[in-house]
Amino acid sequence: MIAQQIAFGILAATMVLASLRLVTTKNVVHAGLLLAVVLGGAAGIFVLLAAEYVAVVQILVYIGAVVVILLFGTMLTRARIGEDTDLDNDQRWLAAIVALFMLGVTGTVLWQGFRHAGGDGKVHLNGVQRAAQVSDLIFGPYGIPFEVASVLLLAALVGAVAIARRD
Amino acid sequence: MYLVEYLLLAAALFSIGVYGVLARKNGVLVLMSIELMLNAVNINLIAFGAFRGNAIGQVFALFVIAVAAAEVGVGMAIVLLIFRNRASVNLDEVDLMRG
Repeated sequence: MIAQQIAFGILAATMVLASLRLVTTKNVVHAGLLLAVVLGGAAGIFVLLAAEYVAVVQILVYIGAVVVILLFGTMLTRARIGEDTDLDNDQRWLAAIVALFMLGVTGTVLWQGFRHAGGDGKVHLNGVQRAAQVSDLIFGPYGIPFEVASVLLLAALVGAVAIARRD
Repeated sequence: MYLVEYLLLAAALFSIGVYGVLARKNGVLVLMSIELMLNAVNINLIAFGAFRGNAIGQVFALFVIAVAAAEVGVGMAIVLLIFRNRASVNLDEVDLMRG
């Protein structure tokens, strides 16, 4: 349990620092690479929570596809490769106030509500959730949402082509 | 491992994503911040699933990942279209519907 605690601390610190840098960096390409760091840290968090299948999907879909799409978009929109001073708008301080307020409210509520959740407030990984259990759920009770997700992906594919094509 | 640690991490990531969406004016960076927020939600779902001892949280996280992939595809298409029409992805200039 101590090892998991240390791993969580390292991952959490890395993710928070990388995401803070992501929203403040002046370099769009660096932002894309920092996003990969944050998403990889989230995959590590999923492994800590015994969700290894979701961790693999996270790496494949997010780091493999989403980050690549975003970097392609960076290139196609001809963002400057390098420092760019004109990335933030002039509501930066207002946005910081809103985000800090949100963090304060949600943090307080979560701390008060879940500090002692389930008795001691700890996550017990006794009933380890294997990938078999996930697949039984997806192809059993959640079969219809699964099919709807496939229709959504098809619609998004067709929609993206229809929006972005030149004619 | 305490459940509340994971929830606070997710809250921090979500708030940072909110800051990014509000403060950035490059369309690609706004999409990246949205991915940050969706990812924070996934951490919440997995943490609650592990806490409750079942795999339903993981199923919902997989659905969120699918929706996020669809969202980034369509979002990037829209950003590219804006870039093609205006030669810039500055979202402050996209104010056609401002009264």
